Amino acid sequence: MRKLLLQSLIRAPLTEILTKVDDAEIADLASKLDVASRRRLGRSLSIREVDAGSCNGCELEIHALNNAFYDLERFGLKFVASPRHADVLFVTGPVTKNMCQALERTYSATPSPKWVVAVGDCAIDGGLFAGSYAVSGGVAEVLPVNLYIRGCPPRPQDLLRGLLALLETPT
Amino acid sequence: MAEPHKLAEFIATRSSTGGHGRYPRVEIDVSSWQIAIGQLESQNWILFGLWGERDSVNMALLDESASDVAIVTLPCVEGSFPSVAKRHSPASRLERAIRDLFGLEAEGAPDVRPWLDHGCWDVSQPLRKAGIEKIVQPYRFLSAEGESLHQIAVGPIHAGIIEPGHFRFHANGETIVRLEARLGYAHKGTESLMRGSSLERGAKLAGRVSGDSTVAYAAAFARATEAANAVDVPVRAHWLRALMAELERLANHFGDIGAICNDASFSLMHAHCSVLRERVLRAADFCFGHRLMRDCIVPGGVSSDVDATRVGMLRALLAEIGRQFPALIELYDNTASLQDRTVSTGILKPELARQFGAGGFVGRASGRNFDARKAFAYPPYDQLSFEVPVLSEGDVNARVWIRIREVQQSVSLIEQILAQMPAGPIRSQLPNASGEGLAIVEGFRGDILVSVRLAEDGTIERCHLRDPSWFQWPLLEAVIEGNIVADFPLCNKSFNCSYSGHDL
Repeated sequence: MRKLLLQSLIRAPLTEILTKVDDAEIADLASKLDVASRRRLGRSLSIREVDAGSCNGCELEIHALNNAFYDLERFGLKFVASPRHADVLFVTGPVTKNMCQALERTYSATPSPKWVVAVGDCAIDGGLFAGSYAVSGGVAEVLPVNLYIRGCPPRPQDLLRGLLALLETPT
Repeated sequence: MAEPHKLAEFIATRSSTGGHGRYPRVEIDVSSWQIAIGQLESQNWILFGLWGERDSVNMALLDESASDVAIVTLPCVEGSFPSVAKRHSPASRLERAIRDLFGLEAEGAPDVRPWLDHGCWDVSQPLRKAGIEKIVQPYRFLSAEGESLHQIAVGPIHAGIIEPGHFRFHANGETIVRLEARLGYAHKGTESLMRGSSLERGAKLAGRVSGDSTVAYAAAFARATEAANAVDVPVRAHWLRALMAELERLANHFGDIGAICNDASFSLMHAHCSVLRERVLRAADFCFGHRLMRDCIVPGGVSSDVDATRVGMLRALLAEIGRQFPALIELYDNTASLQDRTVSTGILKPELARQFGAGGFVGRASGRNFDARKAFAYPPYDQLSFEVPVLSEGDVNARVWIRIREVQQSVSLIEQILAQMPAGPIRSQLPNASGEGLAIVEGFRGDILVSVRLAEDGTIERCHLRDPSWFQWPLLEAVIEGNIVADFPLCNKSFNCSYSGHDL
């Protein structure tokens, strides 16, 4: 173990600088966020992830945010275990009917001010599962949504950019 | 005369309904159905799938000694069929799901509680001829009684970033007396969406059954439709599919090995394995245009080819794994505090693994030597050399070691594929014909079975997708008994069953 730890000390870090892209959609949504609430948040966000019936693809990429390449926590962002500790709900999946109640309860357990991010194409409008008897067809059917991050699943960079849009003041 | 133990003989004496590709399907009567159940009960055959139609029920059977698979269909005249679970418990949840979706009753079933239907849909039994009005039933968990027993209810939303499911523990202090899982939270109605879909849309749905197995599901769906159409795909497409499948296995096994160690609070291993996983995903992205390789396998072939640059990139990936992974294996093997958590924790007895026909690392860590790539030798695995690692200890440690060995095998398989892959076209057109087909593909988690029936216009009439988790989830409950609550995440992660794949 010592050798492995030593190697990690002398090797350059794998963590990459996040390149900015002009994503009109994210910029537009970000600009709608209340400036006052941004001040209250400062530069730190606690995120509670809720899988509302996704295929698990989005979760895999959300997990990747914690790996050495993306290192989510350097931005002041971290995933927390309880909605009571959270500022942001990160919701994936088409919101199955079987998950509606749990999702609503999670939202009401989250203290205000709170933001809801719909992650992935299913969370936006049900995606491929829209129209099924078993899904509500997107997070907005159940909760007020502040930000959408597209993709099936979204790439880790897109997830990061979306989250940073919540933190940065609009220019 | 006694019924033969050989599945092939049993099938040969009954009238065939014709193709399911290489696997026969026969329509049988109630007495033959009972004979089949008897063979399952005496463990001559293995239950490989059980799914409903509007007015019949299908059972896939595996004769492991001969690597034979067949489907038997029993018409349900009165809307019911003799329960398989009554004599062979692995069928229980499948029968409950059949009733929830089709309204077909399993006569004499030991457990008649709903399974996928939580009373939240607008209709009940959505896949039957005409959906009926909503029936809401209370759900009673199994009980355990005794002094100082208490219940712990967990989920459907968990502390980590994982899929939704509910776990009900009965514990005495820290020791678990009974665990019961309640699943179905991720039920999206995939099989109802399949009905009437084009093959293109069907392939996309199949690729979204379980996100971590998107390649395996897309391959299984594609192979089933190709069997239904009696079409051969270009040879190179088979090799590219195997290349993707092995990359998917690598990515998932790296993720799992790290995550299991992380659940024993050994985050160093997790950090290093996550780096390897990320490297695999980036290579996949570079080669196929999607990190998880979603929608890259289509009925008729694959959607993109790899050129020399991409082959070079994959070789570099293998070299990097070769440089980094041995040190991680050593780290796992030589960390006593970690071994203390994984060795002899969550033991799955070989008898149970065999009875349930548990696939993947769950079965192979408990002595069940089954791998669809070997058993059915679908191309290109018939031309590749690899071993199927098997251990008999059945604990968390064994399930980690099976993954470690499978990583080594997958690296070797990718090397062979890159060296031997024949040139040529990568896609052929399917003729839009009617027919039915079955395919079995080895995903990272175990054997995935897809059965498809196509209508005259080439659209999907019925498609059933059976995840390996159906036969692994119930075993987790058996494994955890007598372990402490704190070891549940460790055991659960070492199984890594799919919620979405199971709930569909």
